[in-house]
Amino acid sequence: MIELSIALERGEFSLELAVASPARALALFGPSGCGKTSTLLAIAGLLQPRRGRIVIDGRVLFDSATDVDVPTARRNLGMVFQDARLFPHLDVRENLRYGMARKATATVFDDVVQLLDLPALLKRKPGQLSGGQIRRVAIGRALLRQPHALLLDEPLANLHREAREEVLEHLRGLKRGLALTTILVSHQPEEVVALADSVARIEDGRLVALDGIGVFRASLRPLDMPASRATG
Amino acid sequence: MDVLTHAETVALALSFKVSLVGVFASLPVAIACAWLLARTRFFGKPLFEGLLLLPLILPPVVTGYILLLAFGHHGAIGRWLDAAGLSIAFRWTGAALAAAVMAFPLLVVALRNAFESVDRKLEHAAATLGAGPWRIFFSITLPLSLRGLVAGLALAFARAFGEFGATITFVSSIPGQTRTLPIALYELISTPGGEAGALRLTLVAVAVALLASLVAALMLLRGGTRRSEAEA
Repeated sequence: MIELSIALERGEFSLELAVASPARALALFGPSGCGKTSTLLAIAGLLQPRRGRIVIDGRVLFDSATDVDVPTARRNLGMVFQDARLFPHLDVRENLRYGMARKATATVFDDVVQLLDLPALLKRKPGQLSGGQIRRVAIGRALLRQPHALLLDEPLANLHREAREEVLEHLRGLKRGLALTTILVSHQPEEVVALADSVARIEDGRLVALDGIGVFRASLRPLDMPASRATG
Repeated sequence: MDVLTHAETVALALSFKVSLVGVFASLPVAIACAWLLARTRFFGKPLFEGLLLLPLILPPVVTGYILLLAFGHHGAIGRWLDAAGLSIAFRWTGAALAAAVMAFPLLVVALRNAFESVDRKLEHAAATLGAGPWRIFFSITLPLSLRGLVAGLALAFARAFGEFGATITFVSSIPGQTRTLPIALYELISTPGGEAGALRLTLVAVAVALLASLVAALMLLRGGTRRSEAEA
């Protein structure tokens, strides 16, 4: 269960969002600048709402009424940033291990590395990776934290077609294989349809609709899904 | 035939010792101050910054006199150090203190710039991976600032190596204890027949300064190249 009630200001922009969804994978969908990423940063603890309440699967991460504000480092959320943010001085193995949960075993590490098809990349530095590979490492790094929930910020943005399909394929596999609460930020219908169960449509910092994925898909025009034929 | 006389060699060795000890002793404080300036906001920050930079602006003789007032045998701190058997006035440790104070602002400025050049988004990513402030600093901020740190150390060392005014005011000119290379050079210039020795020490001083600025330039240049690659 995902419960978000967030009020925050960033410069002239004002976000007033209230969403409650039982979905395992919720997409925050809307045009650029509508407040999706601000919402995700607030969930991760990187932006502090002026007031509100953030609860994921019963864990209260923020509640202005009771002065609860769990520090980012203790929220245990696997955040995949749009710009990946791999540490440039560490190789792929060190990046993956950076946030690895203490309880995670070598087997878990190997499983994630296999799942995301990373064995050949472990000794490379981020500067030696392609866009799709960088995104896969960022996803692996977040998963190895063994987080309570996964936060994905435009995971396919700025990737060329082949890389998009490569990353999307792995994300689909994760969705099937892991029962992990996921919040996805996207402005691309293709990504939302592939990865979400429920969609919160956001415009100008406000929720305009909360739809199941079927309703969302039905509302799309053919042109909204340019890559759907290719990616299935 | 030796290139330098015994007295000149002693002065040169003492200068290296005093400069290295001074710079490395002030490094932890400089790192802490630079981090505060680069990463925090607090009341009175401009005043704090101004105080840190004061040794760069004050006449060195004034700095030396302030050190004498504070750390001399009758000084507020000096009398306590004397009582504890840790007197530094007119000893090489006093010369190292003078070198540290004079080099400190250069170290702080270089480190501050280095810390500010580290993308804060990487630190935020580390926080989402469970890292607290200390781990973020030692695993992300400091390694990514390493070139700036080395450049700062080189410049601070050169400044400490050339320190004259504060040193002679604070700890005078005692052969083997406080007569560093610049002081020995000054005395050679003031002594009839000392021209050859003065020229030798001048060449040594120029060589050390050139080497230090070369190291600093290489570090800053390569650091810049690396950032450009990362951004590309």
